[in-house]
Amino acid sequence: MKVSKTETLPVRSGDDVVRVRQRVRTLAVEIGLGLVDQTKIVTAASELARNTLDYGGGGDVRAEIVQAGIRKGLRLTFEDRGPGIADIEQALTDRFTTGRGMGLGLGGAKRLSNEFHIESTPGTGTRVTIARWK
Amino acid sequence: MDRIPILKLGGALIVTIQVDMHDRLALALEEDLTAMIARTGARGVLIEISALEIVDSFIGRMLVSIAAVSRMLDAETVVAGMRPAVAITLVELGLELTGIKTALNVERGMTLIQARLSEDHDRGSDLEGLED
Repeated sequence: MKVSKTETLPVRSGDDVVRVRQRVRTLAVEIGLGLVDQTKIVTAASELARNTLDYGGGGDVRAEIVQAGIRKGLRLTFEDRGPGIADIEQALTDRFTTGRGMGLGLGGAKRLSNEFHIESTPGTGTRVTIARWK
Repeated sequence: MDRIPILKLGGALIVTIQVDMHDRLALALEEDLTAMIARTGARGVLIEISALEIVDSFIGRMLVSIAAVSRMLDAETVVAGMRPAVAITLVELGLELTGIKTALNVERGMTLIQARLSEDHDRGSDLEGLED
């Protein structure tokens, strides 16, 4: 898989979440995703950026345009150095929340993406990677 | 601080969300709407979201919360103008807008609210009849 573009955006405030959404939208348009797919990846990015902010204490997101053969995709990696997630299975369950959210963030983001990967170590941080392919 | 304007039209309050919502704006809108329902005795709140490119669980929670508080104050909330791509995404996200009525556009949303207002009116005239 080839990475043709990489950029990193901070996720440290509510305004940053808005900026992440706008940037992801622009990149999704750039790789030619249709309107529904754009909306899905932007919504997933919004959920994950908010998780990074609310539960991870802030972090950043790396956005990459990737190419596998003739397929182009958008890959987003959210990383924080927060408390981490002890039970990932539980965190992926809808309605599970330790905060004031609705508990749809992780599971919802997974459903809205073609690829989803999560790594977390309690006390070290969390990294979530999603991708949406054209 | 930025605020989203609220218009009063008869017994209804109308809000058009045209900006990318962030935390403070969402909280301010909820407070302003609640205060205005109490002050005007509005029976319906129409929230027009056709400009919103996405509705995530944060905005969904705000809408559900506004609807719940409005209901406490005897006003019904109608969300109008959701984009089709947003509707598809919301269903996949798993977000249910509990307690919120939806309408395809502002016109149909207002029809829902007007129906409630005329019910009130009918009930009001029944009571008057009883007093005679």
